[in-house]
Amino acid sequence: MRYLPLTPDDRREMLGAIGAASVRDLFKDVPAKVWQSRPVDLPMHLGELEVDRALSAMAAKNIASGQVPSFLGAGAYKHHVPSSVDHLIQRGEFLTAYTPYQPEIAQGTLQMLFEFQTQVALVTGMDVANASMYDGSTATAEAVMMAGRVTRRNRAVLSGGLHPQYRDIVETHGKYGGFKVESLNPDPEGKEDAAAKLGDDVSCVVVQYPSFFGHVRDLKPLAEACHAKGALLVVVTTEIVSLGALESPGAMGADIVAAEGQSIGNGLNYGGPYVGLFATREKFVRQMPGRLSGQTVDGDGRRGWVLTLSTREQHIRREKATSNICTNAGLCALAFCIHMTLLGEAGLKRLAAINHAKAVQLADKLAGVPGVSVVNQSFFNEFTVKLPKPAAGVVDRLAAKRILAGVPVSRLVPGDKDLANLLLVAATEITTDQDMDALVVALREDLR
Amino acid sequence: MSDWSKAVSAGFKPDGTVTTGNRGLQMEEALSFEQDAPGRTGVDLPEPPKVKDRLGGLARKGAIGLPGLSEPQVVRHFTRLSQKNYAIDAGLYPLGSCTMKHNPRLNEKMARLPGFGDLHPLAPESAVQGALELLDQLAHWLKTLTNMPAVALSPAAGAHGELCGMLCIKAALEAKGENRHRVLVPESAHGTNPATAAAIGFTVEAVPAKANGKVDVEAFKAKLGPDVAAIMITNPNTCGIFETEISALADAVHAIGGYLYCDGANFNAIVGRVRPGDLGVDAMHINLHKTFSTPHGGGGPGSGPVVLSAALAPYAPLPLTVHGKDGFKVIETTPASGEGAKALGRLKVFHGQMGMFVRALSYMMSHGADGLAQVAEDAVLNANYVLARCKDLMTPAFDGYCMHEALFDDRFLKDTGVTTLDFAKALIDAGYHPMTVYFPLIVHGAMLVEPTETESKDALDAFIATLRALAEKAKVDAQHFADAPKLTPRRRLDETGAARKPVLRWRPETVQSQAAE
Amino acid sequence: MRFSKDHEWVKVEGGIATVGITTYAQEQLGDVVFVELPAVGKKVKAGEEAAVVESVKAASEVYAPISGEVTEVNAALADTPALVNEDAEGKGWFMKLKLADMKELDALMDAAAYKTFIEGLH
Repeated sequence: MRYLPLTPDDRREMLGAIGAASVRDLFKDVPAKVWQSRPVDLPMHLGELEVDRALSAMAAKNIASGQVPSFLGAGAYKHHVPSSVDHLIQRGEFLTAYTPYQPEIAQGTLQMLFEFQTQVALVTGMDVANASMYDGSTATAEAVMMAGRVTRRNRAVLSGGLHPQYRDIVETHGKYGGFKVESLNPDPEGKEDAAAKLGDDVSCVVVQYPSFFGHVRDLKPLAEACHAKGALLVVVTTEIVSLGALESPGAMGADIVAAEGQSIGNGLNYGGPYVGLFATREKFVRQMPGRLSGQTVDGDGRRGWVLTLSTREQHIRREKATSNICTNAGLCALAFCIHMTLLGEAGLKRLAAINHAKAVQLADKLAGVPGVSVVNQSFFNEFTVKLPKPAAGVVDRLAAKRILAGVPVSRLVPGDKDLANLLLVAATEITTDQDMDALVVALREDLR
Repeated sequence: MSDWSKAVSAGFKPDGTVTTGNRGLQMEEALSFEQDAPGRTGVDLPEPPKVKDRLGGLARKGAIGLPGLSEPQVVRHFTRLSQKNYAIDAGLYPLGSCTMKHNPRLNEKMARLPGFGDLHPLAPESAVQGALELLDQLAHWLKTLTNMPAVALSPAAGAHGELCGMLCIKAALEAKGENRHRVLVPESAHGTNPATAAAIGFTVEAVPAKANGKVDVEAFKAKLGPDVAAIMITNPNTCGIFETEISALADAVHAIGGYLYCDGANFNAIVGRVRPGDLGVDAMHINLHKTFSTPHGGGGPGSGPVVLSAALAPYAPLPLTVHGKDGFKVIETTPASGEGAKALGRLKVFHGQMGMFVRALSYMMSHGADGLAQVAEDAVLNANYVLARCKDLMTPAFDGYCMHEALFDDRFLKDTGVTTLDFAKALIDAGYHPMTVYFPLIVHGAMLVEPTETESKDALDAFIATLRALAEKAKVDAQHFADAPKLTPRRRLDETGAARKPVLRWRPETVQSQAAE
Repeated sequence: MRFSKDHEWVKVEGGIATVGITTYAQEQLGDVVFVELPAVGKKVKAGEEAAVVESVKAASEVYAPISGEVTEVNAALADTPALVNEDAEGKGWFMKLKLADMKELDALMDAAAYKTFIEGLH
């Protein structure tokens, strides 16, 4: 078997050196009645060609976003990732290295993470960022738990503009982690007054920027309201490219930013692996979960990096909601870092400008379809349209015509008839005029 | 001249070589932020279409602060960084409990098939039937290998899987109206086990092991009672030993209405030969990045699906993939009744670490049932070979054979002046990543060696020869170990300084000098 | 000076108790990198968590060995946590408490008893 180097001669020789008669003897602690002496009921081994064929056949049954006009967003966005990124992340020294616990032989990973942390802090407008979390959704839950530790309060308020699955995750953590979660009703118009929910027991208000429905709202008033009441403002961003065009959460007074970095460097991958971005203010750095790469010097006085402030990770402190979700997204953070380094200041700003312009063009075209209205005044690259009939059916019928029209809000918030006709539509630098026209034509037909 | 150029020109102590600090193929590389030219970029993007913006008056003003580099510079930058890393591709990586096996490149190709890699998680069901089929297949392999009826796929890593499994237990107890608050763990448990339990409101009690490194079933039984929610165990355990009496432990905890959680980090020792479901396990997380070869990537991404018993299956978090009459369906919001109605909630957005699922399934299909059984046998053989050929010079922590990892303590270093840490650093100069050190905590100066099955006998012999040479050298030259490593891109780093005055990002105003302060 | 089983020391002068961790404790911890001190004015009971001391390898709760109200904390530790390693039972003090109940000191060990106690730990 191609991945197993030992030969029968090797095994014989090794057993001889060990002094055991057979490999089964080495397993003598395993009771006979649980030992499977015959292979379990699964197929036998296959060569590369057979595996490739089987998995390619499975993959061919899916409609990839690059193959058809695609307007899907709602927390994952298709962007063009420069070719160098995938080559570099497949270098064995990056791909097959472990967590950098022995810093002398992991300076590549540690320096990259330091650069990544800097990029995230700059883009979010915050003081300090960690070396990434699993994804934006778990980062959001971690942010809420951190706000609880910092404020020593135990009620979190979640905006109705927060991604419904992100909300579900925070609620699950609250239910079992012993803190209350108050989730506002879905806010498709972008008009809710989250500050009205503040009280002396509120640890944080969590808002999404741009919101799940695409709205872009000034968060300064909410930040001030939170701080006046001793609560933290947690800002969630699911489309990180937006911060190339929009004022940063930090500039508006955010205390913690939990974001999804997938758009930079990482493909859609049917939902994972992605990369969670987590940033906060200097004064909270010791309360921040996750790994951190810190600068230091070695024995010869040369600059280098190490994992630091790591006692927070496996620290068992029963009285406080301890985070055990501390591993980072490693290779996905590397992909983000490389892509962001290729973009640079000019590239990120231009990429964001193109994304917004495409979305504006698309919104104008869709607004011209009879029966369709664009709900948003403001948006970055994703907005909500209201259709004259349930959006889920429209999406399914257009999918049969190989157009991925967007995400019906009802998919994530089922059973709410006020939301049933709403469709989230996203455009990125990938979106062509032909794509937009195809969507418009198909919609016109379906809505006739 | 940039700050970097100035620093390099000023020189530091580079072993008498040129002022760049380069030594042959060992290159010094500045931060990307120190190589900035304003306006420069490594991508060519067209002019944005001219539109009236709708950013709500919140257009970003001012600079973000990102540096501008061209593509050649970026490729060179990250290539040079990569060359400072040790990796499985480069050499044996004996990290106990981490299962640093070869990462097959076929898996990388499969994950990048556009039908998987370029698939949006919220595309309509009709557009993702192949993805759902893959989830179904992966679930089938995991359930069959473990003889468990259900699996929750969404946890993003091992610790996340532990959280999932323990939450299923908590949800099951709450559904029965029981409010049990105690969880028992062996003293040798990995830190995430009690941390997870504590994070969701359990009080954790550690139970000492027997002298032979195995759990003391009687000691566990003595602590059992109607307020015990679960026992968390690792099998094989963190000392690399199979818990022979695990079924007795399972029976005991079931008898009082509790559950057995198994940390599956060491599944590589038994995959294809022992099925945790046969041992009475109720929930076990599996690290796809350990047993099933998905790459470690410098710290992630991982994937930690959790196999579940029939008692716990109803509480698995969303989403679920089910067979409908017209194909696969996804249940991603809690229904009023039927499958998923009792789901404990959601732990992750979308479906889970799909990229790792593709890689793991590619690995499983490549090995097959026969290959996977061979994996466990070769992993255990390799570890015992290292143990047998080193035990005269190093001190095994326990007598007898080990499973897939060999545990030594630091008795062989007694009175040498060399610590386990020093020994590990000297191993680096000899061209190896060190074994896991100081874990498990119950063994003094622990050294946990896990070669895995993908090491050839030649590779093992070279590694053994190195360990033996170092064990001998420790008796006569403690300074060699205290100074180690000397040959690496950096010597030992000041971790205390890094923690006392954390510098966690580059800032433009700081002069990034390489000279010692 | 009196000592607790959790390796804290107390020195009382005129109703004010100065509290810190022992030399033994700092040895076990390794290089101290950060100390989280309570707010002045906080009332603590004997056995309650009063502070946290972080080293590179571990973070440990520090429990109030006696009950009282925090009147002062050692501001020098913010810049120089190394003081805890250098002089744990002197300049590395953590906090001063206005003693609630002198009798609580009787439950603590004297220097000789503490020395015996730590010898027995190995």
